[in-house]
Amino acid sequence: MPRTLILNGRVIDPSQGIDRITNLLIDEGRIGAIDVDANTSAARVIDASGKLVVPGLIDLNVQIREPGFEEDETIESAAFAALAGGFTSIAAISETNPPVDSAAAVTYLGRQATDADHCNVYPVACVSSGRQGEEMAEIGILNNAGAIAFSDGQRPVSNPELLRRALEYTLMFNRPVLNRPEMVELSRDGVMHDGKVSTVLGLAPMPTEAEDVMAARDIRICEATGGKLHLLGISCSGTVEILRRAKMRSVGVTASICAYQFAETDEAMRDFHTSFKLNPPLRSADHIKACIAGLKDGTIDVIASGHAPRSSEKKMCAITEAPFGMVGLETALGLVSTHLVAAGHLDWSTVIKAMSFNAAQVLGLAKGTLQVGADADITIIDPQHRWTVDTTDYRSKSFNCPFHGVELIGRAVETIVGGVSKFRYDAA
Amino acid sequence: METPGFLEPFQGRWTKRHLLDLESLTSDEITLLLDVAQAFKDSTENCRRKLSILTGRTSVNLFFEDSTRTRTSFSLAARRLGADVVEFSASSSSLSKGETLLDTAKTIESMCIDTLVCRHKAPGTPQMLAKNLDCGVINAGDGPHEHPTQGLLDILTIRQHRGTLAGKTVAMVGDIAHSRTARSNIWGLQKLGAHVIVCGPSTLVSRRWEEFGVEVSHDLDSILPRCDVLNLLRIQFERQYTRPFPSVREYALLYAMDRKRMERAKSDILIMAPGPINRGVEITPEVADGEHSVILHQVNNGLAVRMAAMWLLNDGRATS
Repeated sequence: MPRTLILNGRVIDPSQGIDRITNLLIDEGRIGAIDVDANTSAARVIDASGKLVVPGLIDLNVQIREPGFEEDETIESAAFAALAGGFTSIAAISETNPPVDSAAAVTYLGRQATDADHCNVYPVACVSSGRQGEEMAEIGILNNAGAIAFSDGQRPVSNPELLRRALEYTLMFNRPVLNRPEMVELSRDGVMHDGKVSTVLGLAPMPTEAEDVMAARDIRICEATGGKLHLLGISCSGTVEILRRAKMRSVGVTASICAYQFAETDEAMRDFHTSFKLNPPLRSADHIKACIAGLKDGTIDVIASGHAPRSSEKKMCAITEAPFGMVGLETALGLVSTHLVAAGHLDWSTVIKAMSFNAAQVLGLAKGTLQVGADADITIIDPQHRWTVDTTDYRSKSFNCPFHGVELIGRAVETIVGGVSKFRYDAA
Repeated sequence: METPGFLEPFQGRWTKRHLLDLESLTSDEITLLLDVAQAFKDSTENCRRKLSILTGRTSVNLFFEDSTRTRTSFSLAARRLGADVVEFSASSSSLSKGETLLDTAKTIESMCIDTLVCRHKAPGTPQMLAKNLDCGVINAGDGPHEHPTQGLLDILTIRQHRGTLAGKTVAMVGDIAHSRTARSNIWGLQKLGAHVIVCGPSTLVSRRWEEFGVEVSHDLDSILPRCDVLNLLRIQFERQYTRPFPSVREYALLYAMDRKRMERAKSDILIMAPGPINRGVEITPEVADGEHSVILHQVNNGLAVRMAAMWLLNDGRATS
């Protein structure tokens, strides 16, 4: 494998506390060295002047729709979209039919990903058989087949006994359970954040208590079992506070937030745009502020895309009938760069830690770092590049993105996986 | 077709393509709609006389929810203006074959229609259609969001009986949370200077409504002596999973307008209800049919309001 030299980039690696302009060498698909001489021999030289050179981004909340819903997204298209968004690894959460609750399904997912040959795709298998929330799936067999985590995806594990058993059982394999904290009895039929806007629009609300109460329950069970629990897509100030207190008690819980959460408030729903129908929903400004504070102090560990592709025909309907979700892989970094970094809330180091190193830690991957000898998964970011979201240019099969036509600042310009350049952005 | 003399003062004063809500209308626009509706009533024998001012125009009623008075009212309004009317039934349409709502609407629009009147259980559906179609769209009720013509006809009824809205106290009692009538009334009434009270059990009237500038009450008996108008809203059981109060009997005891409560009310109080009314739940028969009730006036005014809306969106609109 040819050596690649990345010159004059601002190398940011939170795992080593590095943030400086320097040169980085890729050798044999691994990080060869940092701070190497600019004259080091290499088959390819990348001029990264003015760019950020960071550990490849890792997304732990990607809905995979194949098999069963290939009209929304395939494993191949999701992995390609991930590269375009700067992600070198994604955790594929089962939103499929049949669900990923068998070794065959895990193997299939892995094979499709290998055939696609884009980014790393890690299968996340179901917590419960058939994602029915009743019986524990064959976690040991799924683990042996290659599942790196367990989740029922958008369907929260409502049964506390099942969650307790799953957290205890996964301890044997040192695997995390990724659970969406939502008490569905409180958010049933809800379409948007419960607030003044939902009252004005007459849209059924999703109260913050639905998340807060479930998060508190999940954390208590996590604490009792000592398991590895990750809360997917938190969005409420109450949840942030509950998490903060749990972490002070050293509970083994982590949490992620979706990038879109920072881009808009619930006011965006005034357009009744089905692409803004999201779960977790867009919240009000006070909740966003609390979540940013949570990211700053490390209460929230990870920023994910919350990628939930849905084909156009599924969103071209009344808002109450439309499924939740938006495609997020290709805009996540741009949204974060624009609304968190350029807006002055967070520095790049904190963002990269949340989008790479911490995600790797949650998933138990030896990634998210530029340490010498680590896999050369690298994202090169142009933090100043202004670009306009154009869904017609998406690699994802779906276009359900409410940010079409919106200008963002900052994007991935090159995505390198295992030392191989898999995606290059052509600004022209 | 020449504009009749009674409409000439209003010609060209309306600028909007659609009528989707009262929240986005100015007080002048609301007043214009009311004035045109009143003109129709005054000049067409209470909307009985058929005109030919929209001859050659076509209006389509695209109703996805059951409706008696609103659908009939819109149909009659269009016909009294000379327009052709097409009734669309969701259950026998291509929607049942899997066609999307928007494709269905676009298909209908491509048959050269002028106005689409839409009712749907989902908030925002008329707005979505308005964004994607060229014809005028009138919201005939979108879930619990808004029902602008109902709001207008309620306000017109009050104006006819009290002359002005300014300074009047109007209470809406009942299922505020799920009521599109309440939402349209709140915007319209407040813009014309009325004081609005929303009253009902706390599970249906949360304190959040205070953010709209309205007064929130859970005690009908305490507010009754201050009210000039009482608008009694139906409990929308079909929109609820768990009953928001222990029993209908208890609700009626606390909130039904009955003869005894009438004694506590102002002597000239107006009793209104958008219908359909549940006799014995929100209103007792003697009150519904009593001398203070203007419920059937409301229905009649609905025709005038819808004629006004149809005309303003078509021939009465300013040409840019």
